Amino acid sequence: MSTQQPSKLERLQAPITVLDFSEEEIRRYSRHIVLPEVGGIGQKRINRAAVLVVGAGGLGSPVALYLAAAGVGKIGIVDNDIVDTSNLQRQILHTTAAVGRKKVESARDTLLALNPNLEIVPLDLRLNASNIIDILSDYDVVAEGSDNFPTKFLVNDACVMTGTPLSMAGIFRFSGQILTVIPRQGPCYRCLIPQPPPPGAIPSCQEAGVLGAMAGAVGVMQATEILKLILGKGQVLNGRFLLFEALQMRFEPIEVKRNPECPVCSDSPTITELIDYEIACAVQPPTALPVT
Amino acid sequence: MAHESSVDKELNLQGEVCPYTFVKSKLALEVMQPGQVLRVIVDNDESASNVPRSMQNEGHGVLGVEKLNDKDWQIIVQKA
Repeated sequence: MSTQQPSKLERLQAPITVLDFSEEEIRRYSRHIVLPEVGGIGQKRINRAAVLVVGAGGLGSPVALYLAAAGVGKIGIVDNDIVDTSNLQRQILHTTAAVGRKKVESARDTLLALNPNLEIVPLDLRLNASNIIDILSDYDVVAEGSDNFPTKFLVNDACVMTGTPLSMAGIFRFSGQILTVIPRQGPCYRCLIPQPPPPGAIPSCQEAGVLGAMAGAVGVMQATEILKLILGKGQVLNGRFLLFEALQMRFEPIEVKRNPECPVCSDSPTITELIDYEIACAVQPPTALPVT
Repeated sequence: MAHESSVDKELNLQGEVCPYTFVKSKLALEVMQPGQVLRVIVDNDESASNVPRSMQNEGHGVLGVEKLNDKDWQIIVQKA
C-alpha cells in the first residue's frame, strides 16, 4: 500500500515534543517564545525550517536578515553578482567594505554575525532550468526577490511543480507588490501574468530607480509571510496580491483567484517543463538621428 | 497546600529574572499534558507577580502563589 508523501507545508507542521533550547537561545528568542502564536513549539519550527532566498539584493537583504534574526535554521542565498557601490542605497546585507566581494559571501558573513547558530548556504550561481529543481529539494519555502522576470517565472514554475510555498515580491520607484503562492491551493504568479513581458516593455533596471526604503518595507513583509507559513498562523497572501504605494502610504489588496487555464498550475497545464527565458535589461538600442 | 501531592513537574528558577522566569515556565508547560500541574520556584517579588499574571493571560489556571521564606516563592500552575 503506498502512502502519500506529506507536502512541504505539512512537514513544517510536524509535531514537536522536545524543547531543548540552550540558555543563549532562550534569551535570543524570548520575545518570540512569549507570543501565544509562537511559544517554544513555534520557535522550534522556525529553527527547523529551511528557506531559499533568491537574490541577495534589495528584497533579499531584509528577508534574509529577518529570517536569520528569527532563527530559521537553514538559509540558502542565491546570487551570482558582486557588491557594487550602487547597491548600498538599499541592499543592507552589504557594506562599503564589501564592495567587490561576491554578494553571497558578503551576505553569509552578515547573517552569521547576526545569528551564528544558523546554517547559511551561499549559492554563487544563476538559477536555471537545469539546477533549480535539485536546489529546491533542500528547502521548505522560497523567498523570491530577484530583479528580473525570467527568474521570477522560473522560480514560480519550479515551485508549483515541486509544491514549494513561495513569497513573490517586486519593487519599483515608490511601489511594491507581494503575493504568497501555495501551489495548487491558490493562484500562482502565472495566474496573474501568464507570460513574461516582452523586452522593452519595462524601463531598464538602472533607468527606473527605486526608493531604497521600499526594499525594506516589502522585504520585511516577505519575511513576515514566510514566518507565518512556518508557524501555520494567521492568513497569508494566498489569493491576495497586495499593492503598496508609498507616496500616499496606501495598501491595496487585490483578490486573485486561481486561473483554471493557468499554463502551469491548472489541472491541465500547458507548461510542463521549465523555461530559461532570456534575461534582457530592456536597454533600448540607440536610434540614429541625422545631424542637422 | 492541598495540591502539593499532585505536582507533576517542578521547575527551580532561583537566580533567574523576568522575563525569563515566565519564558522558562512557559517552555516547561508547553510539553506537559493539559491538566498537569507545574510548580515553579522563584526568588524575587517581580517574578512572583508577573509569572502568575502571564500564565493566567495564557489561559492556564494558577492554583496558588505562596511565599516560602524571606525571598523564595512557589507558584502552582495547572496547564489548560
